[in-house]
Amino acid sequence: METLYTVFVDPFVQMFEVPDFFLQVLWEGLVSGVLYALIALGFVLIFKSSRIFNFAQGIMVVFAALSLVSLHTFLVPFVGNEFVAAAIAMPLTLGIMYALAMSVERVVLRPLIGQPDIILFMATIGITMFLIGFGEFVFGGENKVMITEALGIPTGAIEFEPFGGFLLLEEKDVFAVVMAIVLVISLLVFLNKSAMGRAIRALGDDHTAALSVGISLSTIWVLVWFIAGVIALATGIVWGARAGVSFALEVIAYKALPVLMLGGLESVSGAIIGGITIGILEKVFEIYWGQPLFGGNTETWFAFIFALIVLLFRPQGLFGEKIIERV
Amino acid sequence: MFYRTSGQFKTTYESDQALFPIKQDMVLLVVILAVMYVIFPMFASEFTYKALLVPVLIYSLASLGLNILTGYAGQLSLGTAGFMGVGAYACYKITTIFPEVNIIIALFLSGFFSAAVGVAFGLPSLRIKGFYLAIATLASQFFLVWLFEKWAWLYNYNSSGAIEVRTMDIFGLVVTGPNASPMVQYYFVLGIVSVVTLAVINLTRGRYGRTWKAVRDMDIAAELVGINLMRAKLSAFAVSSYIVGIAGALMVFFWKGAAEPNLFDIPMSFQIVFIAIIGGLGSVMGNFLGAILILALPVVLSLLPELLGLSIGSATMEHVNVMVVGSLIIMFLIVEPHGLARFWALIREKLIIWPFPH
Repeated sequence: METLYTVFVDPFVQMFEVPDFFLQVLWEGLVSGVLYALIALGFVLIFKSSRIFNFAQGIMVVFAALSLVSLHTFLVPFVGNEFVAAAIAMPLTLGIMYALAMSVERVVLRPLIGQPDIILFMATIGITMFLIGFGEFVFGGENKVMITEALGIPTGAIEFEPFGGFLLLEEKDVFAVVMAIVLVISLLVFLNKSAMGRAIRALGDDHTAALSVGISLSTIWVLVWFIAGVIALATGIVWGARAGVSFALEVIAYKALPVLMLGGLESVSGAIIGGITIGILEKVFEIYWGQPLFGGNTETWFAFIFALIVLLFRPQGLFGEKIIERV
Repeated sequence: MFYRTSGQFKTTYESDQALFPIKQDMVLLVVILAVMYVIFPMFASEFTYKALLVPVLIYSLASLGLNILTGYAGQLSLGTAGFMGVGAYACYKITTIFPEVNIIIALFLSGFFSAAVGVAFGLPSLRIKGFYLAIATLASQFFLVWLFEKWAWLYNYNSSGAIEVRTMDIFGLVVTGPNASPMVQYYFVLGIVSVVTLAVINLTRGRYGRTWKAVRDMDIAAELVGINLMRAKLSAFAVSSYIVGIAGALMVFFWKGAAEPNLFDIPMSFQIVFIAIIGGLGSVMGNFLGAILILALPVVLSLLPELLGLSIGSATMEHVNVMVVGSLIIMFLIVEPHGLARFWALIREKLIIWPFPH
């Protein structure tokens, strides 16, 4: 009886009795959900256009953020001004991400065209290992601080007093959410309105048909990996501003996987809705059920189990393409 | 040349389907076994046992288990390390609750626990396929590691949260714990790996193996010709997790001597997937070749600078090591996506028809 009470009654009572804390939990969940969604977006773009399950998206986030910070520290003595250095480091980092996209396409993907999905998946894990080793070799393994101020990201906090309580929104979190929204909208416009975007979607539908109307596979793959790199950089900046830049960031890649399961591997909107749902639910579960009942730290598996249960009812995720199989 | 098949006529169906249709294969196997059982123990040092021989055997066994699931039944799993953990913790609990039980019996019993957990997490495979299933197996990985950490009963309420193996003996011969000699442990692991490998070879040649292959090649077609998909997939999960669980128990009891929950974390799962893929999916021998490559490579790489007379810091070496292993994996996938086993098959074919090109 006691257990039933803590499972079914107590959490809801707490939510209603301390609504401002509940709102705070929701907000924290929303922010991490937006970041999960951003990483999942990188996965989805690459999966849509090439059927490659890109495990390296997580390490690309770390790599992009580390390049930006290291370039900035390197440039400051030469330029003398924090902001100018950031303004130069930014396009340079984008250049690095483009070079990375080019070399991945040229060295890894092109020789592997037409191989089974699992081989390509393994190859991206190989890329992940290479980037981990390379990144630690070049940038060193220690933690770095994201150059939040030089990039002009606000660092204050906004306070609200709903229901006579207290709600604290950090401005950099607000910035993260706004930036994610802008990024997603511009991405959707790009995919739906521009010629390049239409070419990406055509490739996603049918490789052979797209090739026969003159769409270049390698150009589009480089483009897609570059866009994924840009998304990785954006994710790296906002996540780095919250938690610092280190190789520990790589584990958030695992958080994007259940988001993909939930939203469907091919759906841009699925990635966003899935990310936000999982972000909020896992925070709420951790605070109201995980800590009192299971001794906490349930965030490592909650998202996976939740996505698994949803998948039992919809095997292709909420927004994925229906799987049609013929013999 | 060495593989001349002339004169070896097959007059019955049985002899054509025998374990060794060509005599030379049997000779080769006898040579390999002789090297493993006789030659290695004559020369191996303690370091060789602990750093190379025993790990290669244990990882081969784990990869063999994964290969049944992924290579034979076509269900990609990324949760291998979690099931190894189940085997290890089950063996630990069995040996603490029933201290007088023989360690061999405890080992083979603990496999049943990981098989049960494997079947439970394999249930979604009836509905979920491909990458969705691969991510779903990660659910078991994260959940199990979390459980090993939080469920204090599993590690007997130790303050350290780790499990430690006590000294155990078989008929007076010490096999586990700090006092056991590496050679005894090596022989023990080698014996178990040999037995399980033989069982797996025969299993994959028989009715179950053929059912799994049919499901792997196309599960809907398999269902249409009358294969019970549920039984086929779940039996693959059960057998695979059983072997993986034994490998996990062997790892803790005969190699590491102690284990913390994060030993069974996701990097080990990936390492085993790598072994299975580099070795060759759908092959038994590939697991051993893959394990030799993946485990020996870092050891060789870390010895290389000394041999060349370079002095590189150990941290830098570690980073370069990861980098080189990553690029070698990509290179192997590009050169031979079907793995080392396929490589050997090609060489063998060439040897059979040598000196003629075709």
